[in-house]
Amino acid sequence: MTDTVRHPPGPLIEIEGLRKTYNAGLPSEVEVLHGLALRVDAGEFIALMGPSGSGKSTLLNILGLLERMSAGSYRLQGEPVQHLDDTGLTLRRRQSLGFVFQFHHLLPAFSALENVTLPALMADGRVGPRQLARARELLDAVGLAHAMHRRPSELSGGMQQRVAIARALVMSPPLVLADEPTGNLDTASSDEVFGLLRRMHAERGVSFVVVTHDPRLAARCDRLVELVDGKIAHDGPIVA
Amino acid sequence: MTAWLGFETRVAMRFLREGRMQTVLIMVGVAAGVAVIVYISALISGLQANTLAKTLGAQAHITLRSLEDTVLPAAERAPGELALSEAQPRAQRLRSVQNWQPLMRQLEQLPAVAGVSPMVAGAGLALRGEATQSISLMGVDLERYDRIVGLGAKVVSGTARLAPGEAIVGRDLAADLGVRVGDRFTVQTAAATDTVRVTALVDLGVRELNQRTVFVPLRAAQSLLELPGGATTIDLSLHDVWAAQALADTLRERFPYQVESWQENNAQLLSALNAQSVSTSVIRAVVLVVVVLGIASVLVVSVVQKSREIGILRAMGATRGQILRVFLLQGAVVGSVGSVAGLLLAALLIALFTTLVRGSDGLPLFNITLEPVLALQVALLATVCGVLAAIAPARRAAAMDPAQAIRA
Repeated sequence: MTDTVRHPPGPLIEIEGLRKTYNAGLPSEVEVLHGLALRVDAGEFIALMGPSGSGKSTLLNILGLLERMSAGSYRLQGEPVQHLDDTGLTLRRRQSLGFVFQFHHLLPAFSALENVTLPALMADGRVGPRQLARARELLDAVGLAHAMHRRPSELSGGMQQRVAIARALVMSPPLVLADEPTGNLDTASSDEVFGLLRRMHAERGVSFVVVTHDPRLAARCDRLVELVDGKIAHDGPIVA
Repeated sequence: MTAWLGFETRVAMRFLREGRMQTVLIMVGVAAGVAVIVYISALISGLQANTLAKTLGAQAHITLRSLEDTVLPAAERAPGELALSEAQPRAQRLRSVQNWQPLMRQLEQLPAVAGVSPMVAGAGLALRGEATQSISLMGVDLERYDRIVGLGAKVVSGTARLAPGEAIVGRDLAADLGVRVGDRFTVQTAAATDTVRVTALVDLGVRELNQRTVFVPLRAAQSLLELPGGATTIDLSLHDVWAAQALADTLRERFPYQVESWQENNAQLLSALNAQSVSTSVIRAVVLVVVVLGIASVLVVSVVQKSREIGILRAMGATRGQILRVFLLQGAVVGSVGSVAGLLLAALLIALFTTLVRGSDGLPLFNITLEPVLALQVALLATVCGVLAAIAPARRAAAMDPAQAIRA
């Protein structure tokens, strides 16, 4: 059974004039994003590429409400979020976004199943039967039904990343942001994990923005956004 | 419905379990601190209670006697007149408290008073064969006096009884005179001589008192000391020994008598007890500070070690408040578990003290017990200290920027 939440079509993210400056007002002040405009629609699978230092991670952190923009406007599912306080940003993040990081970042003291149920635990203070069933279903979907009770240290890198994907999807967010999700894996595991992201996109209608350095994987996305020196150098569909 | 602290409790317990060695070490530290505080507190209060019981066991809480004779000037000095005078202090004679019987009834009505006893006390000699000892002769109503110092409980030989012609004698005086229960000896004062029979030997807890004290019936002392129908002092015992000073001050204002509380008679002992209490408080405060610093340092290290996990939790939607509570809970758990272990350790130390430390008579030196109220207070204090110690690390964890923490 796939407990899929289909998200309505339309813009998920609308960003205008996005600027990000570090050390503002100091001699070391540096602007890393220079007035970006970006729109992400429901159901898209976007590759975000660019050389090191081009601002990919900063952009992803701002999209994920982990960092604040210095100037510009940001609407998430139609609602402006740039003026929300820390708690407001946290609750929006909990509600609308899933994350997959390069180093999977599972909590070592928790089993695979507990890691997947953590977002539900922090939202409700307990894990209800429905949430537990969904976590089990997701772990089954990523092929880890047999390893639910293992600790992260007992899992391979690829398996850990699959647990992280299940965790990103457990609250049924409309958008998952993945920061080099295969950057730490060998080629076979990379292909496997990327294939899993694509399958989740196809089966569950979740949108993905995936930062990657690997052109081979970027070619498997629907749209490519390329950043160079803090500006969007290319934004368009990928033609096979 | 959101389960209260469900997320925070689960994560806090896992973090503690994950850092097993750190957690055990700091809990042992807290336990040692709590054990030291509880053990020292119990030991000092046992020691002080014992000292007080020994001191107050042989004396009244408040004593009333008549005012001392003073020399009055022959004539008042006129204003502006210079007078050079020298007055020889008067020799004090034995005098009775005026109207002591109605006064006694009045004192008995006071709610703070547990017992009132008249006494005729003076100096004399005890003679037996070739032995002569100077004595402190005390005429008492045994039933009343027993309520003041519990004389019956101090009997080491014989039966406490004071019929006419009978006496109760201090243990060491009996040895000096060579008398036993049932033997007779002579009591001589400046005014009279009488022969008494020993009914009991008592141990008053102080060697000097044991060497000098002879209790006789009130009437016998009145006639031996030439004070018919009189009483030189009125002794009071109170329900609360610490109320003695305040009551003595009140009585001094109300009645024209010389009033002394046990505190005034034992000022040096009280200063020693106070110094002891202050030292104990200082030790407790220092140990608490060490406990707080210990917990805080371990949690600070834990925050640094777990910064990436904190970042990931924040990214997944944990609020700053939730992260703060995760670390405050860790402090509370370390404090409370450590204090329970500390109380057990203190109970063990107290049991060891009671078993191993004994006097020359084979009995425990003094009674030392683990008071439940003290145990609860210290356990609560340690738990609160655990939470207080966790505030700084918890705030640091909560203030972490999730993006930076994930990159750490």
